[in-house]
Amino acid sequence: MRYGTNASACAAVVRRDLLLTWRRRGDALNPALFAIIVVVLFPLALGPEPNQLARISAGIVFVAILLAGLLALDTLFRGDHEDGSLEQLVLSPHPLPLLLGSKIAVHWLTTGLPLILVAPILAEMLHLPRSTLPALLAALALATPLLSLFGAVCVALTVGMRRSGMLLALLVLPLYVPVLIFAAGACNAAQSGLPFLAPLLWLGAALALALVLAPMACAAALRISIS
Amino acid sequence: MSHDPQRLPMSITLARLSRPDWGVSARAGGFCKLMTGGESNDPMPLLEASGLSYSRNDEPVFGPLDFRLHAGEVLLIEGDNGSGKTTLLRVLSGLLAPGGGSIRLNGEDLTMARLSHQVALLGHQPGLKADLTPLENLDFAIGVFGLRGGITPHLALASVGLEGYEEVPVRQLSAGQKKRVSLARLLLVPAALWLLDEPYANLDREGIDLVNRLLDAQARRGGAALVTSHGAYVFTTGSPRRLPLRATA
Repeated sequence: MRYGTNASACAAVVRRDLLLTWRRRGDALNPALFAIIVVVLFPLALGPEPNQLARISAGIVFVAILLAGLLALDTLFRGDHEDGSLEQLVLSPHPLPLLLGSKIAVHWLTTGLPLILVAPILAEMLHLPRSTLPALLAALALATPLLSLFGAVCVALTVGMRRSGMLLALLVLPLYVPVLIFAAGACNAAQSGLPFLAPLLWLGAALALALVLAPMACAAALRISIS
Repeated sequence: MSHDPQRLPMSITLARLSRPDWGVSARAGGFCKLMTGGESNDPMPLLEASGLSYSRNDEPVFGPLDFRLHAGEVLLIEGDNGSGKTTLLRVLSGLLAPGGGSIRLNGEDLTMARLSHQVALLGHQPGLKADLTPLENLDFAIGVFGLRGGITPHLALASVGLEGYEEVPVRQLSAGQKKRVSLARLLLVPAALWLLDEPYANLDREGIDLVNRLLDAQARRGGAALVTSHGAYVFTTGSPRRLPLRATA
């Protein structure tokens, strides 16, 4: 008999989800492509005037990334719910919040991280001053995991429903709005040469809290959804 | 579910396994005793349900049910479509909280929070990832549930008749072959209690024999199993004794 530790169970979840992403690597690029498409449209609609674009660029980048994240959110538990692997996960003797935390981590790694990687390109397309780039990346590094964690709780609540897309957006937006405000606020402050540490610290505090609480909330929501 | 619950009978059949030809060795007398609360000199049952019931939106789905399952026994739950067989298994596995009554597993209360390594559920969905191979799926199950001693994923796949399919993506397998992969998962995980929801569905005659053989082996190992069936293809080799039970009172 070999029961395995909590760590080995989490490793199994991470390994499987990474492998699944690799098998469908074309789909994994979708959020990043979506963000690029959205950002490309803005100069076309607003005119290519660098000063005007630079003023609103940080906001556009964050909105594009937030929407791209929303697009990818649905895939977090949908497949697992449809093929029954979610039930198996819930039945595992290991703590469900830990297993779900691993799933969310992989989800961030495969959707959030690519968005951070394309962010400098997006910023360049919108003439964001290069001096603002560190603030943008720092804000994204804190904001995208938060979006994944908040989103996971909402997805867990809606996973048992059909056509839950609109409901998911309604549930998730109130949680995303503060993240957007603080993240874009940090960039705007940096752009105007003001101190931008405070909003980043708020994001960091929220992330620390969400890292602990969101997987638990997610587990509770999932148990309700599958019953 | 607005009709009279009395019209939804679910029968429970107990087969105490002592021989490979397991269907005919049911001990009806012993079962009756168990049904009425059991004797005090009974060994501790692996699974004990007392007054177990479940209601969905105030509509009773099944119960109250009383039964005990000892190591080495296979319990066949028969009922029509909609009689609550699947719900019963989901309650017993801990996926659903019971509406009333209690479930005891090895003498301990089974709650939503406490799930031991002892229960394995085979549901309607195979619980397999279509993009992964059977081996990768089984490796994941081992990581999450643990591994029974003396068996490897290769051996388990061979014993369900899927030798040579180790590296084929599950999406290319037939429904019956997917079922067999799920059965291989049961063989690998160290669960003493199997909850099998319609294990005979999608399987050919050989596959049905396979399920019976696996159940037999599980009982000989000192495990137990609850099997649901709507009754079409069970026990092709023997005729088990059945004790009908009013599922919804």
